[in-house]
Amino acid sequence: MSDPRHQERGSAPRPSRPAPWNDPRVRAIIYQLLLIAGVVALGAYLVSNTLANLEQRHIRTGYGFFGEEAGFFIGETLIPYDAADSYGHAFLVGLLNTVRVAVVGVVLATVLGAIVGIARLSKNWLIARLASVYVEMLRNLPLLLQLFFWYATLTNLLPDQQDAIGLGPGIYLDKEGLRYPLPEPDPAFPRMILAAAIGLIAAWLFARWARARQMRTGAIVPVLWPALGFVIGLPLAAWALSGAPSAFDMPHMEQFGFEGGASMSPEFLALLFGLVTYTATFIAEIVRAGILAVSWGQTEAASALGLRRILALRLVLLPQALRVIVPPLTSQYLNIVKNSSLAVAIGYPDLVSIANTTLNQTGQAIECISIIMAVYLSVSLAIAGFMNWYNRRIALVER
Amino acid sequence: MRQRFVMGAVAAVLGVFGLTGSASAGATLNAIKQKGFVQCGVNTALAGFSAPDSQGNWTGLDVDICRAIAVALFNDANAVKFTPLNAQQRFTALTSGEVDVLSRNTTWTLTRDASLGMMFTGVTYYDGQGFMVPKSLKIKSAKELKGATVCVQTGTTTELNLADFSRANKLNIKPVVFEQLEESKVAFFGGRCKAYTTDASGLASIRSKDAPKPDDYVILPELISKEPLGPSVRRGDEEWFTLVKWVVFGLLEAEDLGITSQNVDQMKSSTDPSVQRVLGVTGDMGQKLGVDNAWVYNMVKHVGNYAEIFERNVGQKTPLRLARGLNASWKNGGLMYGMPIR
Repeated sequence: MSDPRHQERGSAPRPSRPAPWNDPRVRAIIYQLLLIAGVVALGAYLVSNTLANLEQRHIRTGYGFFGEEAGFFIGETLIPYDAADSYGHAFLVGLLNTVRVAVVGVVLATVLGAIVGIARLSKNWLIARLASVYVEMLRNLPLLLQLFFWYATLTNLLPDQQDAIGLGPGIYLDKEGLRYPLPEPDPAFPRMILAAAIGLIAAWLFARWARARQMRTGAIVPVLWPALGFVIGLPLAAWALSGAPSAFDMPHMEQFGFEGGASMSPEFLALLFGLVTYTATFIAEIVRAGILAVSWGQTEAASALGLRRILALRLVLLPQALRVIVPPLTSQYLNIVKNSSLAVAIGYPDLVSIANTTLNQTGQAIECISIIMAVYLSVSLAIAGFMNWYNRRIALVER
Repeated sequence: MRQRFVMGAVAAVLGVFGLTGSASAGATLNAIKQKGFVQCGVNTALAGFSAPDSQGNWTGLDVDICRAIAVALFNDANAVKFTPLNAQQRFTALTSGEVDVLSRNTTWTLTRDASLGMMFTGVTYYDGQGFMVPKSLKIKSAKELKGATVCVQTGTTTELNLADFSRANKLNIKPVVFEQLEESKVAFFGGRCKAYTTDASGLASIRSKDAPKPDDYVILPELISKEPLGPSVRRGDEEWFTLVKWVVFGLLEAEDLGITSQNVDQMKSSTDPSVQRVLGVTGDMGQKLGVDNAWVYNMVKHVGNYAEIFERNVGQKTPLRLARGLNASWKNGGLMYGMPIR
């Protein structure tokens, strides 16, 4: 080796400590600090500028308005609410309305999406084609447009109160929506909820025990029926022991429509229908992709092991399909929550609608919009957190 | 509507950034003079007050007030750009500087005047909140609306008045609240609500323009609130505030002096000293406001006096068929009273 450079480099004493401005680690830290300082300075500038300008324009700031009387009505509420209640209470009503449509929407969209996704893979030409047409049509139209369409259709299609459609004892469908009987409040119901909770825990413990026993002895203990017995039987027993209350608050006709019972407004129904049919198209594609992702060899291998079709599905195919399905499914659930804010366009009193009204009465736009953002962010992060936990649980353990 | 919401958020953010420049008095007026037109916030579509006609030109009483301001400043009724705003966007749009003046059937209330960063400059239409119901409902009074659903637009004093009225009379009214005027109209005429509530002028406008058959609907006699509607400007520029205020007074004064768009040229040679002063033949009234001395002449010439604006847009010969009523000149027993131009 005669290359002098080589030798030089090899023999040169390695500097134990470069000058700080030459040390890449020190430099990196300095850059990070500068960036943080810049972000903080920008934030501080924005906040102080906003406050100064609001002050100068005599625009009120702060969340003090939360305790003041709201003064407006809300069309449908899950908890008691009156115009004399506070803005904070009104926000809670709006939040619950958002959660109501989102939760029901997530459940229904999952069911519908799974059915359509499987239908698209059906060997029956007609069913597969119908499912394709449904998916391609609805997922390629703007959701807002669909909501307007469903709402206009619903309000124009449904009959007046005089000609309300009876769907069963005390169940009516008319221009004011769906009205149905509600059990009269009774001490039995809290007990039933408690019993159901105990039943769930018991079912879980039983399943754990059955699993441990199967591991130990190989004997299979049927889990489904006893578990159902715990979850349904215990509340029923509590109900019977509390004297089996069966009084119902039945809807009855007043001058301007039905009163009593419980109701779902056309706004809620249109929003729910729109959200479910729209999101289900995406879920259908996700389910289809998940099923196709599991190779046919897995099915053949499962039958070769002698697993029945249903067991093969549960133990071999589904776990692998779910691994593909769950992550994109999470974003669809988040989309339902976020898209529910379109409710304001068709008159459903969700969180955004209440916040808009509050914003107008108080003029505190920044505060109201910050609340909307905080709520959607925390609801979305909660769902994402739960789904990620579930995803980790069902993820295949790589061996 | 998500888009509206986003616009609101953007407006709020703009409010954060945009406020630095407009601190000193006169900044708004200077900026308007520099850019050469007035940015005016109007209703999205309320026939008679602000709505685009078949050629796409904005027309209506609120629109004409904007045009009058443009004429006073630039002697050009088209030196104005319109921003259609819904009830919920309007205040943020004004205070963030998106529009220079808000002329959008907006009720003058204490909260708005004192705590929203804006100032009302006067009243261009004295209104009151009423109810419209289908004739087939066969009711004569709003107090019969017990337990009824009522369609209403969000972000308005209407929503609060409705709640107050319902609470005071124990009516248990169920509101269905819409963000957009258009959607609330569709819902009401689709039969979703038993009644529709807004300002009486708005009811007349909606009945004339949007009802499938206007005669199938009646406006109930009760007015449940006072709704003085007028233009407003953002705080921080007294010169601009004063100018907008006096544009309305100028239109009223022209009516009181009998100056119309037909006779304004003859009136210029009138010997009446107040007519001469108002039309800028003598004195320097316009200069004091920072505009041309012939500002009233120009306004009446291009837009008309208040009576002409009223009759052209909402009067008896229009589909709205509104009588002057409270909006007649004080000389005829109304409330319209222009402050003296002298």
